[in-house]
Amino acid sequence: MTVFTGLPILASFGLSFFSWDVISDPQFVGADNYVRMAGDAAVLSSFRVTILMAISVVVLQLALGLGLAVLVNQRRSDVARTFFRTAFYLPLLASTAAVSIFMGYMFDYKFGLINYYLQLVGLSSVPWLTSGFGAFVTIVLVAVWQQVGFTFVLFVAALMSVPKEILEAASIDGAKPWATLIRIKVPLISPTILFAGVVAFINAMQLFDQPYIMTKGGPGTATTTTTIVMYQSAFQNLQFGYGSAISIILLLMILAVTGLQFLAARKWVFYQ
Amino acid sequence: MPRTASTVGGLTRAVGRSLGIVVLVVAAVTALGPLLWTLTTSLRTPAESFTNPPQWLPLHPDFSNYAAVFEQIPIGRFFLNSVIVTLLIVAGQTVTCMLSGYAFAMLKFPGRNAIFFAFLATMMVPLQTIIIPVFVIVRYMGLSDSLGSLVIPALGSAFGTFLMRQYFLQMPKELGEAATIDGASYFQVFSLVYARMAGPAIATLAILNFSGFWAEFYRPLIFLQTQDNYTLPLGLVGLQGNLGTGSISVVLAGVVLAMIPSVLLFIFAQRYFIEGITAGSFR
Repeated sequence: MTVFTGLPILASFGLSFFSWDVISDPQFVGADNYVRMAGDAAVLSSFRVTILMAISVVVLQLALGLGLAVLVNQRRSDVARTFFRTAFYLPLLASTAAVSIFMGYMFDYKFGLINYYLQLVGLSSVPWLTSGFGAFVTIVLVAVWQQVGFTFVLFVAALMSVPKEILEAASIDGAKPWATLIRIKVPLISPTILFAGVVAFINAMQLFDQPYIMTKGGPGTATTTTTIVMYQSAFQNLQFGYGSAISIILLLMILAVTGLQFLAARKWVFYQ
Repeated sequence: MPRTASTVGGLTRAVGRSLGIVVLVVAAVTALGPLLWTLTTSLRTPAESFTNPPQWLPLHPDFSNYAAVFEQIPIGRFFLNSVIVTLLIVAGQTVTCMLSGYAFAMLKFPGRNAIFFAFLATMMVPLQTIIIPVFVIVRYMGLSDSLGSLVIPALGSAFGTFLMRQYFLQMPKELGEAATIDGASYFQVFSLVYARMAGPAIATLAILNFSGFWAEFYRPLIFLQTQDNYTLPLGLVGLQGNLGTGSISVVLAGVVLAMIPSVLLFIFAQRYFIEGITAGSFR
């Protein structure tokens, strides 16, 4: 553990002050890597893409996960509940590499299934993977499609632990289903919502497989996430110091947003 | 008047309920559709593989694509590599996480809580931040471009430790105390008493690890160079790369083959997947 996680964090931080291609000796360059990053359009754009993508994925994943969990828990038949739970969990079982491959075909401009159905209902084809905005949306949709089962499962479990007496009391007092959801269920499961949000965000900030396989980060830099820039710098251009510096900024962004999530949580998370 | 109000209320509730079912069905179709499309397209002849509308029910399945996968890439080799890597990590983490989880839950030692929080904090560190030093360590260990480069760095896990600790915390302390009075050593208390009760936690961790490492793409992409060492996800992306010779049906046949072990495992051990996910949520 210490050797493969603890030390590497320190080593990454140390390395970020060097210029190193693994073969020759490392050269100490001070803060040069960080200064260079501040003027590197590719890296700056990747920060923007990564944050926008992570926010989109997390918001959709939480909203859809919660909505589906509420609807499934309302079903009275065990068969229906088991069917929907299995259906929403199955995408999690495929590897992101496999998902990126078959989704790449489905979103193909000319032959893909998605555009075929769009045309069938009278809409025009969307350049999913060949336009900047389309590619961004596609990566988000594919990530959400695969990951929503994770938040869904968490919320199903949390909703089941909401005490029946509270819900019965509310319904006797004449609370409408919508009010029950917003005023009673959501506050009661708010710790789970916070947990799901934090975990989903940490994962979404590291999106790599889908853009790497489906768009190679393109078109242009539309889907070039920070993890892709970091991979290119370190493992393709052999600039390990620069790659480390990028990865340290990624870590700081994750820590900052996670910290913010916990701070904001004081206002809305409710512990019994 | 009250009657009208309640009728309207009943009506909106009924509409709401059927709307709920519609939403669920649409969501289920969206979740399952791409998987079904992948399966059926893998059974179409190469010539028809990219024609619309898709054939949702494969009435004349053509299994030649599955044979073609084996001709175009050494998928048997990739499969074996994935099995070796995944099983070694699952076995290794079971042992290390049981030991560390037990230590954090049951043993008293100086700095226990501080070390435990340091462990938890590492769960927030992205793989990207540690991958360069790990790459360098693996190189110095002489493991570059080998399956060992994937296995050795993955033998410990903060999440696994946390999961095991939670499980051991629930167990009665009295059992161990009784065994100690009977003359059992520290290790005997662990191995003969508590470890034997940890079956469900072990199953949960093993199953989550299996599906996680079976699907892994990022580390193999960085650590492996020789095609013979590729694991399945890396090999499949390679198969997509030499599409010039084949059809997408062949690629999708490979995708289906790669998913079979995870799906089989899910069918037999659903409960543990769900437990593993919810165990993390600090209940």
